[in-house]
Amino acid sequence: MHGSHVTGSPYAPHTEEDRSAMLEAVDAASVEELFDIPATIEFEGEFDIDSRTERETRRLVRSILGRNDDQTELLGRGHYGYYVPSLVDHLADRSEFLTSYTQYQPEISQGFLQALFEYQSLLVELTGLEVANCSMYDAATALGEAATLAERVRATTGHRVLVPERLREERRSTLENYVAGTALTVDTYPADDGTVDLAGLEELVDEDVVMLYAENPTVRGTIEESLAEVGELAAANDALFTLGSDPIALALLERPADVGADVVVGDASVLGLPTSYGMGLGLFATREEFLRQVPGRLVGASEDATDRRAFTLTLQTREQHIRRERATSNICTNQAWVALRTAMHAAALGPSGMVELAKRDVRRARALAARLDDMVGIEAPVHDRYHLREFVAHVDQPARAVAGDLEDRGFAVHVVGDHEIQVCIAGVSDERIDRFAAALEEVTR
Amino acid sequence: MTGDRSDAPGDDDAQSGYDQARYVENGEYEPLLSEKDRTRVEIGGGDATDTDGAGDSPLPDDLTRDSLELPELSEPELARHYTRLSQMIYGIDSGPYPLGSCTMKYNPKFVEDVAALPSAAVHPDRSEGSVQGTLELLARLQDYLGRIGGMDAVTLQPPAGAAGEFVGIRVAAAYHEHNGEGHRDEVIVPESAHGTNFASAALGGYDVVSLPSDDEGRVDLEALEAALSENTAALMLTNPNTLGLFERDIEEIADMVHGVGGLLYYDGANLNALLGRARPGDMGFDVMHYNVHKTFATPHGGGGPGAGPVGVASDLAPFLPAPRVRERDERSTTGEPIYERFDPEHTIGKVHGFDGNWLVLVKAFAYIARLGDEGLADASASAVLNANYLAERLEYDVPYGPFHHEFVASAGDQDAADVAKRMLDYGVHPPTTKWPEIVPEALMTEPTEVESKATLDRLAAAFNAVADEDDETLAAAPERTTARRIDQTSAARTPRLSWQALEDDS
Repeated sequence: MHGSHVTGSPYAPHTEEDRSAMLEAVDAASVEELFDIPATIEFEGEFDIDSRTERETRRLVRSILGRNDDQTELLGRGHYGYYVPSLVDHLADRSEFLTSYTQYQPEISQGFLQALFEYQSLLVELTGLEVANCSMYDAATALGEAATLAERVRATTGHRVLVPERLREERRSTLENYVAGTALTVDTYPADDGTVDLAGLEELVDEDVVMLYAENPTVRGTIEESLAEVGELAAANDALFTLGSDPIALALLERPADVGADVVVGDASVLGLPTSYGMGLGLFATREEFLRQVPGRLVGASEDATDRRAFTLTLQTREQHIRRERATSNICTNQAWVALRTAMHAAALGPSGMVELAKRDVRRARALAARLDDMVGIEAPVHDRYHLREFVAHVDQPARAVAGDLEDRGFAVHVVGDHEIQVCIAGVSDERIDRFAAALEEVTR
Repeated sequence: MTGDRSDAPGDDDAQSGYDQARYVENGEYEPLLSEKDRTRVEIGGGDATDTDGAGDSPLPDDLTRDSLELPELSEPELARHYTRLSQMIYGIDSGPYPLGSCTMKYNPKFVEDVAALPSAAVHPDRSEGSVQGTLELLARLQDYLGRIGGMDAVTLQPPAGAAGEFVGIRVAAAYHEHNGEGHRDEVIVPESAHGTNFASAALGGYDVVSLPSDDEGRVDLEALEAALSENTAALMLTNPNTLGLFERDIEEIADMVHGVGGLLYYDGANLNALLGRARPGDMGFDVMHYNVHKTFATPHGGGGPGAGPVGVASDLAPFLPAPRVRERDERSTTGEPIYERFDPEHTIGKVHGFDGNWLVLVKAFAYIARLGDEGLADASASAVLNANYLAERLEYDVPYGPFHHEFVASAGDQDAADVAKRMLDYGVHPPTTKWPEIVPEALMTEPTEVESKATLDRLAAAFNAVADEDDETLAAAPERTTARRIDQTSAARTPRLSWQALEDDS
């Protein structure tokens, strides 16, 4: 390089000499000349955003985020803060992973393609379904995509989607937006004791239903006990059975394929991401017969010119950049790097680690519920069911006041009713759970 | 091993050490994890009343799966596996990445550190009072983006650009519905637009009306006149367009669209060309999305995550997704601003289970705060200079012009896809190929502002070397990459999408 960097952006490398030479080459006196913008709409104002050094910027962000209170989060309901091994951060942060783009040139993207192929394989093992894509945005948007898939494959027979009445409102709302442009409508079926009310559901299902959605575990942390019956009900009415779950739950709970699931959606980032204000990784798996209707990217195995196995994006004729308005989905930028982290985390745990993590969750949630139940003024869990990692507790005092007092002591819990709080042990150490139990006893005394 | 070093690295038949491009183990470039190890763990039924019986399932048999079979490897083995995989990837840190319309530019390293701050890791259901930092950062980013785009209100919820398009379409639909104009069922999209525009409009329930370009590569005003009607809900446009050309008639276009009661949607994929020079809001756009991962250089590894905030003019603000964030009128007892979530009056609801791709938003905020007015304006100036300079150096024909931050060259008699494969041999990432279809054998090129003159000269040399090569050479390429030319046809004809499928197959 000749001379020093003179421009305003620290990442634009031109020196004065470079810039002059380049302007001369394009026959322009100034860079301004290259902008072909009518004077009437030229922006002559200021954004009024200061330029800062890297150090100042770090200090600014640190100071803003420093306003967040440091709390022990006993929060779940679809977003979990499991410990992520250092291995994942260090390897996923290797700059080739972090700074690459969609693998449109597979010959120089083999590493990422293989990692995504391994991620797809992980989901195939966990769900028992034959096909998994390599990411949707999150559980809610994956649910929306499942509904539009149902419309495509069941288009002639109906227009209703049935979801549990106890579904996170945010998931329901996202689903409503996804189906707003279709003929589909969303209805709810009753939940008994946190889980599917089978008799109530049976009354609502008819040929007009194109998709039946259930979650395992449910939003209240309970484990569904009649999924096979729900699957049979869906099959008998030619409706798609879509099951919502996550990779840690799937390591232990009934295999979706065994209960008749046609689609599995959910948030896969329980592995690979710490709490990140809801940033997620939508998992999407389905049966082979729907392969050509699947939304999102797929990585497949092939061979290269030396006959070695190689990986590539495949079946791209489903995707928006080729099929445009007839695509199976509008997704382009997805959550590939989070999928990489999830695959790494799963590999770091191994099958025994994943199963043990899920089993420990069941035991720890049960132990905490029993402990709370012994306290005066608390009943836990309120649902006489098995729980995976979270449960609802009844508190005699107003739940909002209890949660507020807990917050003052550094613990965050959900308020899910006037006298109901929900507590999640995922990612919380035994020692902190002890301190939480003591704090709860204190505030409800 | 004995002390005999005769088969040390360097000898022809030695496989260790390695030539990165050619390293092969067990006949594969890198074995799958499942080929290194597979372990089956039996779940086993448990005693439902047993609370701490280690080894047994704490759940009854009929609620659990029978077994789980996955790789079980040591940490060092995994470290080597993923390191090896990373060595088989080309990223922006490896070299230039002139993918037109993808805006792949260098990502400053410090943004990773700020996103990794422990105080950034919070649960989305935390109370407002306990996450004032997160809410403040979101409010400030909303404000920054509003100023940069000339928009009155911004939502940060959409997790990607296409998700932003969908939100824009849903907001437009809700706006029309609210005004008793629910009959509008058409969205107009130029032929040269990103495929996501068509797909997002269709997902929103609209009929897509495709709009041809004029002889100069811009919106054909007569064709637009013919396409517009009382059924028009919106026109989706990017400016500069995918040919890198500024739509000079944008004010007239805006008047035409507004004249029939339609809305004008701005696809922010090309915003990098305009920073500090022009703002979509000032051009008459009513709705826009920002690809913060492109324009503001936050890494989108392997294809994502990104984030696609949406900005709107004030008339449309009541329809934005919920919740948004704002500063309250009162201050805290210590004089600090207080932030709160709120639902816009006629909100369309949610488009993501929580509040979008938060960590990406932190990085975007940090990037904008670092550059400020001066840096942002310079980024677009350098991007435009680089595109024009590179276009000037190419021996390929570059029709249309003048260009902003990208241009489309034509490979002429050569197959653009083969040209791309051959460029890999010169150690650079090729441009986007065969699109937009307006230019035959398109090589859509966007160098971005981060490339130096020396790099652009090297890139031009690669283009020009390939331009001189014969079809046979191109068809045999690439030969200096990790994997050689990959058979796309068999991948699609016999889909094998998991290691389980590979085993079924053998």
